[in-house]
Amino acid sequence: MGYDLKMRIWRGDQEGGELGDYTVEVSEGEVVLDAIHRVQATQAGDLAVRWNCKAGKCGSCSAEINGRPRLLCMTRLSDFDAGETITVTPMRTFPVIRDLVTDVSFNYEKARQLPGAELGPRDDDGKRRMMQIDVERGQEFRKCIECFLCQDTCHVVRDHDHNKPAFAGPRFFLRYAELDMHPLDTHDRRVLAQGAAGLGLCNITKCCTEVCPEGIKITDNAIIPMKERVVDRKYDPLVWLGNKIGLRPRDYEGRMEVGEGPVRRP
Amino acid sequence: MAPTGSTTSRHPMTGNEMRGDSAAGMERHAYDVVVVGAGGAGLRAAIAAHDAGARTAVVCKSLLGKAHTVMAEGGIAAAMGNRWPEDNWEVHFRDTMRGGKMLNNWRMAQLHAQEAPERVMELEDWGALFDRTEDGLISQRDFGGHKYARLAHVGDRTGLEMIRTLQQRVVQLGIDVFMECTVTDLLLAGDRADLAGDRAESRSIAGAFGYWRETGRFILFEAPSVILATGGIGKSFKVTSNSWEYTGDGHALALRAGASLINMEFVQFHPTGMVWPPSVKGLLVTESVRGDGGILKNSEGRRFMFDYIPDFFRAETADTEEEADRWYDDKKNNRRPPELLPRDEVARAINSEIKAGRGSPHGGIYLDIASRRDPEFIRKRLPSMYHQFKELADVDITAEPMEIGPTCHYVMGGVEVDPDTELSGVTGLYAVGECSGGMHGSNRLGGNSLSDLLVFGRRAGEAAASYAAGQGSRPVVDEADVKAAERSALAPFDVEGGENPYTIQQDLQQTMNDLVGIIRTASELEESLTAIEGLKKRARSMVVEGHRQYNPGWHLALDLRNMLLVSEAIARAALAREESRGGHTRDDYPKPDPDWGTKNLVVRLDDTGSGVTLTEQPLPVMPDELKSYFEE
Repeated sequence: MGYDLKMRIWRGDQEGGELGDYTVEVSEGEVVLDAIHRVQATQAGDLAVRWNCKAGKCGSCSAEINGRPRLLCMTRLSDFDAGETITVTPMRTFPVIRDLVTDVSFNYEKARQLPGAELGPRDDDGKRRMMQIDVERGQEFRKCIECFLCQDTCHVVRDHDHNKPAFAGPRFFLRYAELDMHPLDTHDRRVLAQGAAGLGLCNITKCCTEVCPEGIKITDNAIIPMKERVVDRKYDPLVWLGNKIGLRPRDYEGRMEVGEGPVRRP
Repeated sequence: MAPTGSTTSRHPMTGNEMRGDSAAGMERHAYDVVVVGAGGAGLRAAIAAHDAGARTAVVCKSLLGKAHTVMAEGGIAAAMGNRWPEDNWEVHFRDTMRGGKMLNNWRMAQLHAQEAPERVMELEDWGALFDRTEDGLISQRDFGGHKYARLAHVGDRTGLEMIRTLQQRVVQLGIDVFMECTVTDLLLAGDRADLAGDRAESRSIAGAFGYWRETGRFILFEAPSVILATGGIGKSFKVTSNSWEYTGDGHALALRAGASLINMEFVQFHPTGMVWPPSVKGLLVTESVRGDGGILKNSEGRRFMFDYIPDFFRAETADTEEEADRWYDDKKNNRRPPELLPRDEVARAINSEIKAGRGSPHGGIYLDIASRRDPEFIRKRLPSMYHQFKELADVDITAEPMEIGPTCHYVMGGVEVDPDTELSGVTGLYAVGECSGGMHGSNRLGGNSLSDLLVFGRRAGEAAASYAAGQGSRPVVDEADVKAAERSALAPFDVEGGENPYTIQQDLQQTMNDLVGIIRTASELEESLTAIEGLKKRARSMVVEGHRQYNPGWHLALDLRNMLLVSEAIARAALAREESRGGHTRDDYPKPDPDWGTKNLVVRLDDTGSGVTLTEQPLPVMPDELKSYFEE
């Protein structure tokens, strides 16, 4: 059942690096991360790789396998021919720290610029009421494990570092959509999504949806509806008139528009 | 998140401005409260400390949002009464104490049951989207050992929802987070001479010392309050549901600082871990599968749990399949299925069936929900499990049974703390979540972990902030201690010709699995202690290749010291407790002993600083008004 797997693993740091050749014994049912761990334990003790749960739940072990953004722990060796060489490289959109570990601080910076949930007061009995059907849209987006593979694959920032300041990326469009669809949230973040987050730069090629290990329909269920909501606010003459005469669309009733910049409370 | 005081030349995430191979310097930061660990307990503690006005930092080994809490599946136990109005804190308290075989710290179990509902509501205030009842309230699901459906949940990914909600709250509040940063030593205030010997009562915290994983550069936190929230010890076992981070750091840091641990002999083996393929052996299969109707069968197709109902739970457990099946819809007139006994009971039963030769082809037994619920229900209620088996084992759980077996999951033992404040034996040092001890007694009920994190995380955060605010002057770190911490951390680079840490770790995992596992005997425990001594000796000369920048070999070498110390604590306590209770089963003492039911085993660092000593201590006695809940 076991066989010798040929692997090419990128080794290096900010200064540069190259693919290293490794041959490692693997067995039935193993995933790429198992092979990398065995290389680490027997041939290269200092091979840097991020991982935690090894179950596709934490989103730590993101990398590119034969050029495709994937989780190392959820990519089975049986997906490849036994004779095939598997090449593992770090995510290309983020700066390398060492070997397969990249500097993903871009994502944590973007998270800080996004105002969080702000719910109104609870019901009189101290509880809140939301219907299952109304929370389900948000629940799909909250399945996100923050592996950042969608960010890695997105051509707006992949190989286009200059777009990074103006573009939050699919992971955070998901978050904007989640909050926008939250039944009890009180903020309206549409201006922010279009402006600071750069929603308009996305031209819905669906690459993010394709690589999402959670199978979230990022483009169809989050980005496109979010774009529609933003456009409604900007161009719909009825909305414009409604705003003028003090009538607001029901979806946004009671919501307060929030602006750019990091949101910090005392 | 950039730590406060960082300059623009620094790394935006880590606050680090130097390369790992650079010779100079060490970063220093001053805070009121430093929280070590960014799982549910650490983040909730940080939020509480921040809200109480303390300058607060969170330090964690992984990226923010990746801590082990993310793996929790089933839910948060809280007597909110949304499904069953009959439920209240008293019932939850009773279930918790009985699940822990009455060895729990009664006050912690009481506070936990009383405060859990409000802690869940807070998560909802902060944006969590729980599954709902038909009335739009937070839904609650059945779990082992809980009388009523009590677990607030989001499908089978409740831990992810919890950590993301807390993470987003921490970010929103602007709390400083030091990611991929490992704490290796706690620093004490005062004259070192004063700290010698047994004057533990005079010890107080002055700070914490560690290194950035990214660069290997050292970092010092000066703080009067440190909260340990480092999770468990499971990575010392071969078959485990725990991630690499679970190396007992908080347990070991507390011991070295002079604090005590209790209940270390109690390790929970979750009944249902994956057994195949080998690469995922030990990976958790949520108890919700059973809560939602799944049953356990042996290779003969027999629903064997009916053969393993202990006297302690007989009055409340169904003894026929018909009654068990009716219970899911009519809890008033039927008793619980035996599949939903507490985890220790179910794990032992599975172990016995496998040993008796009635196991599945890959050495487990069968967990079957496919023949019990329709595919749509299963995919809806258990999406992660569906995904996990489909992707990793090629098994469709809506069509065929799963193969499962026990896996090391949780340590009930941990730092001995004051129940109301989570203060350890060292002034200024607090411990919460899995690295603290007492709350769960000898066995934890499913769902009581996430609620534990929230309830005691908040209490510790408030207590730590309050203590820090009451200090007139800041504690002073002894520079000699800092130098010693540096030398100790770099030691593995100085050795020549030693062993690599991966080999020693593998040997430790095998030893703990074989000799300190689910069923224990005196001879094997003695053997394990000899083996651990041998491993400690080998670890003193282990060697690390490469340099300090993001070097997993070095990181493991440092974590391994903690794993060895904590493993010794577990083995020694397990050898001393000559009875079987909860997560401690002795083949040579198969029954609970009422005398042992009145005491805790307390672990402290020995005089050499490299091993541990044990003492017996009477269990706190609960007041009469609470005792009445247990009169039949």
